[in-house]
Amino acid sequence: MVLRAFFQVSLLLLAPPLLVGIVNRVKALFAGRRGPPLLQAYYDLAKLLRKGAVFSRTTTWVFRAGPAIGLAAVFLSGLLLPLGGERALVSFRGDFLLLAYLLALGRFFTALAALDTGSSFEGMGAAREVSFASIAEPALFLCFVVLARATGTLSLSGMLGAGLGAAWRESAPALLLAGIALFVVALAENARIPVDDPNTHLELTMIHEVMVLDHSGPDLALILYGASMKLFLFGAVVVRLALGGLPPASASLAGAAFLAGLGLFAAVVGVTESVMARLRLTRVPQMLVGASVLSTFALVLLLR
Amino acid sequence: MTAGLALSAVALATSSGLFGLLLRRRPALGQRLTCAAMCVAAVLGAGASARVLWGSGGFAIRLPWHEPLASLALRLDPLSALFLVPILAVPALGSIYGLSYWPQAELGWKAVRLQLFFGLVTGAMALVLLADNALLFLVGWEVMAVAGFALVRGDDERPEALRASWVYLAAAHVGAFALLALFSIVGGARGSFDFAEWKGLPAAGGASLYALALVGFGLKAGLVPLHFWLPGAHAAAPSHVSAVMSGVLLKTGIYGLLRTLGFFDAPPASWGLVLLALGAISGVLGVGVALAQHDLKRLLAYHSVENIGIIAMGAGIALVGRSRGDAALVALGLAGGLLHVVNHALFKSLLFLGAGSVQHAAGTRDLEHLGGLARAMPFTSFFFLVGAAAISGLPPLNGFASEWLIAVGSLTGLDLPRGDRVAYVALAAPVLAFIGGLAAACFAKVHGTAFLGNARSSKASRAHESPAPMIFPMAVLAAACLAIGLGPSLLLPALARVSSDWAGLPASQTLAASAVGSAGWVGGMAAALLLAAGLLALGRTRLLRGRATPPGETWGCGYSAPSARMEYTGSSFAQILVEGFRWVLLPRVELSHPRGLFPRSARFRTDVPDVVLDRAIEPAVQACETAARGLRGLAPGRIHFYAVLVLAALVALLCWRFLWW
Repeated sequence: MVLRAFFQVSLLLLAPPLLVGIVNRVKALFAGRRGPPLLQAYYDLAKLLRKGAVFSRTTTWVFRAGPAIGLAAVFLSGLLLPLGGERALVSFRGDFLLLAYLLALGRFFTALAALDTGSSFEGMGAAREVSFASIAEPALFLCFVVLARATGTLSLSGMLGAGLGAAWRESAPALLLAGIALFVVALAENARIPVDDPNTHLELTMIHEVMVLDHSGPDLALILYGASMKLFLFGAVVVRLALGGLPPASASLAGAAFLAGLGLFAAVVGVTESVMARLRLTRVPQMLVGASVLSTFALVLLLR
Repeated sequence: MTAGLALSAVALATSSGLFGLLLRRRPALGQRLTCAAMCVAAVLGAGASARVLWGSGGFAIRLPWHEPLASLALRLDPLSALFLVPILAVPALGSIYGLSYWPQAELGWKAVRLQLFFGLVTGAMALVLLADNALLFLVGWEVMAVAGFALVRGDDERPEALRASWVYLAAAHVGAFALLALFSIVGGARGSFDFAEWKGLPAAGGASLYALALVGFGLKAGLVPLHFWLPGAHAAAPSHVSAVMSGVLLKTGIYGLLRTLGFFDAPPASWGLVLLALGAISGVLGVGVALAQHDLKRLLAYHSVENIGIIAMGAGIALVGRSRGDAALVALGLAGGLLHVVNHALFKSLLFLGAGSVQHAAGTRDLEHLGGLARAMPFTSFFFLVGAAAISGLPPLNGFASEWLIAVGSLTGLDLPRGDRVAYVALAAPVLAFIGGLAAACFAKVHGTAFLGNARSSKASRAHESPAPMIFPMAVLAAACLAIGLGPSLLLPALARVSSDWAGLPASQTLAASAVGSAGWVGGMAAALLLAAGLLALGRTRLLRGRATPPGETWGCGYSAPSARMEYTGSSFAQILVEGFRWVLLPRVELSHPRGLFPRSARFRTDVPDVVLDRAIEPAVQACETAARGLRGLAPGRIHFYAVLVLAALVALLCWRFLWW
């Protein structure tokens, strides 16, 4: 029990920046570059933590609290996730609601910190973030509702646990639709192409990156670390959903498959970013509504 | 004992304004005594409620009354006990707030009158809760409506305040007529007007009664499309009155609806589904319209429509559960809905008091003229932020606890077998998520534009913090929001008691033990969240110690002279989502484009009227008025003409009688 907790928490704490490294490496390969080292994200975080920070005269405590609250929220939602099919550290009926709302809390404070600077760029980014998030939220919920119905439980550990095998055998089409919708939501929630481009922040079309324009030093480190952890969370859900159909194996084999799956998830995100252009902003809500429709359809398949 | 506590609370609240009236020579003392009376009433009422919810059970008194059919029947059962707490506590906090916000020493007679009606409306609300007889209930209902009218009206002679108060009065009476019809039909059928005799009404053939209840109570609660009177009235009233109206007065509508539904034997599932759908529509449209507002108080008023929708969703799930005899659906839905009643009373009054402080300090409540208040008003800003996060349903605050209960309740519907349509109640959870997301967007806009960034007008830049009597109630409400967020599992036994009493189901099976355990986890995670965020904040502060850099300007992407006019406004912030709601908001847009090579001026202005009031009711009323004016041509004032008309009518009747009949 203690050992499992130790492994889960250390995986949650240590792995996320590596995913970002994989995404960037894949993108570099596609662009014909050698790209940064896989561990570059760790180096960046270490460097940022050693730096000082500049604060705008306009800002208040909200600006300083935003990154800490955002990271705390993402970390706690990580405790709710069953990593690799093991029971999560915290698991109860309806815990996925807490996961979604914790992510919303982080977003709320990131947006407020952006508005605290008084910059119109950051205001624009915050507006887009909260608007798109409010459309992505029902899509995410619908995916979880489909999972809940397919597995007959209301906790993430049950939904993404051993019951998933039977669910895949009985209702594969619905789970497939929900999986696709979940991947789209994951791209949107993590500010990846085709919704947002994590590489630039000066253009007026950007969303997440422009919100954190004024943060520097340790605060920026908290934000970057939180963002990678969020990518890890969504990756863990998508990978577990995809692997759930495999026949049960030993714990170590399942763990290895899960880690390999996470790497593959990061690679797929990198490929998506390399082969697609960013959507026009007006198309983003349509894509998210499309994800909602897909998962609603999956739910109808299960309830019919 | 319980009866004594409850009745003395009602009497004290009702008469509290008399202190101010009698001590007009010493206005400060008079107001303080009024305030003290309200606070004592709240404590007494809370004591009575606690005895009912956690202790021995309620009381019932029945005295004869000289009015025909009426009796002085009073009782306090778990349902009314639960509502009684916020209904007495919020006005008490409001009266503390009023010490500085509406001081009798400065305003004199105006404040005396406000306090009289403030106490009266509180007492009337409590009477509505305690009444166990239909006529007594209606008396309380009517006093509440008329006192509310006096409060909205105040001494305000501005045309919009006058209009809002008349619309409110008209809506209140349309609702009262519906209730009169409802109570007369049921009372006639039962031969008694005592609620105690109404238990066990057959639900078959009761659809019209349900419709009457929905209209009568829905008008008070503000369910879409019956919400039209609400934004104007709540925006026009003084802020502590708005807090009471939005925070607790609306809840009497929910109480009445639940009370009425409690009379019926297991109603059909369609009733619950109707209520669930109405709630979902109110929730989504309420927050959608709120997003488009730039008057802070109107915006908050529309959020009441949203929250009443969430409460109605919970009640709808509970009704569906009753039709199925499914104890888990009833318990979770009703517990969530009722907890949201309490929660909304807390954070909505907190937000309205905050809005009052903003108006007091900056002299305006137009979001486009505010900004940067956080530095001048740190306390108000902080407490408003707590309220904003709570109303958006974010952990670790109370809004999450109740929305979580309702969502888990709706997802319990997933356990139903394949092909059962009722399983679609599970869709309530994604709808709640949508509402929550939109609310978070809206409150990011409100807090961001009002309190953060730079001041958008000179008024806002001269703002100052409010005095202690205005801060204190906000602090109490914010602490209550946090406390419920941290310990929802402590309230669940009481909520379970209410729901088992309401649905007539045995208490043991109503709230599954797992729900209480899960709620414990929710509270625990909320505490862990506070701890983790605190540790991280501490860590970053320690890291930054000794690395001080002089404060700079906000990075403007290379532009070095940004001004407050270039800040993102609240309207721009909400624009993406408002565009999405354009089909229902029907905004009024005034736009003159810049023209020519050297354009001189351009103008853009948009506001969102209330769709129901301004686009449907008002044109309809106007059409009636025009038609009536046309008929006036028949009355020129000459007696000969009237004689001719009478003769013509007689001849026409005779012809009809003898030729065609």
